[in-house]
Amino acid sequence: MRFRIYRYDPESGSAPFHQEYDLDFDPKGKKVLDALIAIKDTLDESLSFRRSCREGVCGSDGVNVNGTNVLACVTPLEGLQEPIEIRPLPRLGVIRDLIVDMAQFYQHYRAVKPYLINLDPEPENERLQSPQERAELDGLWECILCGCCTTSCPSFWWNPDKFLGPAALLQGYRFIADTRDQSTNERLDFLEDPYRLFRCHGIMNCVEVCPKGLNPTAAIGKIKSLLVKRAL
Amino acid sequence: MNSSHIPKRTFDAVIVGGGGAGLRAALQLSQANLKVALISKVFPTRSHTVSAQGGITAALANVSDDNWHWHMYDTVKGSDYLGDQDAIEFMCRNAASAVYELEHMGLPFSRLENGKIYQRPFGGQSQNYGGEQAIRTCAAADRTGHALLHTLYQRNIAARTQFFDEFFALDLIRDDEGTVLGVVALEIETGEASLFESRATLLATGGACRIFRHSTNAHINTGDGLGMVLRAGLPLEDMEFWQFHPTGIPEVGSLISEGVRGEGGYLVNKDGEKFMQRYAPNALDLASRDVVARAIAQEIRAGKGCGEHGDYVHLKIEHLGAEKIMARLPGIRELSMQFAGADPITDPIPVTPTAHYMMGGIPTNMHGQVVSPVRYGPEEPTPGLYAVGECACVSVHGANRLGGNSLLDLVVFGRAAGQHVIEYLRENPYPRPLPQAKVDQALARLARWDKPKGTETVAGLRDEMQRIMQDHCGVYRTEALLKEGLAMLDKVEARLPNAALSDHSKMFNTARLEALELENLMAVARATLVSALARTESRGAHSREDFPKRDDDRWLRHTLYFQGTGQHRDQLDYKPVRLKPLTVDTFQPKERTY
Repeated sequence: MRFRIYRYDPESGSAPFHQEYDLDFDPKGKKVLDALIAIKDTLDESLSFRRSCREGVCGSDGVNVNGTNVLACVTPLEGLQEPIEIRPLPRLGVIRDLIVDMAQFYQHYRAVKPYLINLDPEPENERLQSPQERAELDGLWECILCGCCTTSCPSFWWNPDKFLGPAALLQGYRFIADTRDQSTNERLDFLEDPYRLFRCHGIMNCVEVCPKGLNPTAAIGKIKSLLVKRAL
Repeated sequence: MNSSHIPKRTFDAVIVGGGGAGLRAALQLSQANLKVALISKVFPTRSHTVSAQGGITAALANVSDDNWHWHMYDTVKGSDYLGDQDAIEFMCRNAASAVYELEHMGLPFSRLENGKIYQRPFGGQSQNYGGEQAIRTCAAADRTGHALLHTLYQRNIAARTQFFDEFFALDLIRDDEGTVLGVVALEIETGEASLFESRATLLATGGACRIFRHSTNAHINTGDGLGMVLRAGLPLEDMEFWQFHPTGIPEVGSLISEGVRGEGGYLVNKDGEKFMQRYAPNALDLASRDVVARAIAQEIRAGKGCGEHGDYVHLKIEHLGAEKIMARLPGIRELSMQFAGADPITDPIPVTPTAHYMMGGIPTNMHGQVVSPVRYGPEEPTPGLYAVGECACVSVHGANRLGGNSLLDLVVFGRAAGQHVIEYLRENPYPRPLPQAKVDQALARLARWDKPKGTETVAGLRDEMQRIMQDHCGVYRTEALLKEGLAMLDKVEARLPNAALSDHSKMFNTARLEALELENLMAVARATLVSALARTESRGAHSREDFPKRDDDRWLRHTLYFQGTGQHRDQLDYKPVRLKPLTVDTFQPKERTY
């Protein structure tokens, strides 16, 4: 199989380039991550990428394959057009090869206060929540912070420092939607901003690429309608 | 490299590992306004806790009648009586409060109609000390580990814990009196080493199933804390006990939760027979994991496996219906479709026993203090050193862990250890002089991989080691098999000094990380084979075909493995099982049937 992979070595002083690899590999049932590991193990030890769970739940190995942001570990090799072009997630700084600087991404995540705020005295047992109330969180809490959505979003490309991006906004809404959280107003105050939230123009790249099948655009829409409701 | 050139950072406490155990301990310390550093080789939510699926066990009695005494009995029995009953009592008594605490933190548990936390049945759970199936495992769909890890990370953000993401710990700094004074760690992005000085160091580095070729574990589970402990002259406990999860996807290894059987799934062989009725007539598919794993292995051996090579069995859940599968087991469906090519709504899932969990580890007491025999007894605390979670051996899991007890272990003992560190720091307010020679030793680990040329590769040696462990130290073991494995591992280890990297760059050099990880894996593999060879009985997950019976007269004791040098390279010692619980009566060892 033929691969074309983005390479950048910060110590070399030279510009990034694409390197081609020919890998003798049976793609049947295998994923892009299997090929990356095989290249590293047998052809080029210096090829650098992040990986951990290798089953699509930890979010380490978001990369761009043939133009689409994906998790390498759950993307089948079969059916990909060769040479398979693998690049780092777009718009973030590249540290080395496929490894991007996620600092900005995590900063936006922290900015939405991604934790439950409830100042009532803690009850003796669990706080009650009906299955219907709990169902409001489905499609939100499963986010693995891989960054595929945010780095596919043109609004993020244009304003990466000011627009929070779909991943952070999805988590912002996850706590707004939680009946146990008491901070909805403060959360909405923070998000009511021409950049943080309102740079989302419903392009929906995020929905298309999310490897967990989540829908950040819908969540952003719900935040917007809460803001409208609140203003009336 | 000279230590005087590496930067030093000083903290009250340093935690190595950002999974559930490390995050829970860090939270306790941050909330006490201590200066705590959490070092993790990956961004914390990439930790392997995220892969836990089925749930966390606590006798909340939200669904079936239940109490912590029954949970304790099941855990002791599940451990095949090797678990320490004081620690087990501590865990089970504190289980409910630990789960409520997680709920208060915001963990999105699935809910029952009455609004309480959803619970599902899991293997080895009973009411009334071995009676009817209990329904005890609290779940957030089938992504409970994800929910727990993210919730704890989020609480640590709120508590302003200081994170050092993508820092790799090289070695402990332990002075001649045995006190641990911190760690030397490598900042992965820059490739620079630095010294983390702290009066308390807590290891939460997780498991090491990557010693096996097929495992449910993440790539990062390489036993780094275990290697560090061995090199610091401390022992590992019960390393012969590795859990083979009955239901991993063949070849790939991905876990198919016990929750699938808890929700009503069952196993069949190639004839479509529900074979568990022959092995565990009462508990059937919800017998303890070691029992189910052996049953599957025997079916496969008897030629009753499915598929072209007959090397797996089928797990069926079609009868649950699409709606229930989508609501309760969405992650399992996703994994099964991605990695086994089977949609469980219509097709059976192929499964086979797969290395999953390390019951052994760094010996600790209930407070998470690392203990070893020094002068006065088998369990003297090592000043300044703690261990929690899968890397630790408390021992609550003994010879076989029950499903749902690992997430519980993380939060109960993460909290307890954090609390103890707070007291320890109060009693030990002053820093001690740092032995420079120890810092240099840690740096030598790094310098060793600067060697320009070699005849072996890291990937090649790792592959050989994993094959040896897979073939010689699996579900069933014999003296001949283990001896052969150890002889083969000897040869591979002897070649390790000839290995060299071709990539000598500094910044984000993952090849160098894999080399450092391999050293830890090799040490763990060796400890495993030596401990397994010595234990001439079958107990829990350690099944010796040449010694098929449990032998309480000789072996109701914990193994301690020390790494020596030369002729005394492997040293074994033993210590008694703590049979006396904290407040209740001892559960006396008896025959274990399901």
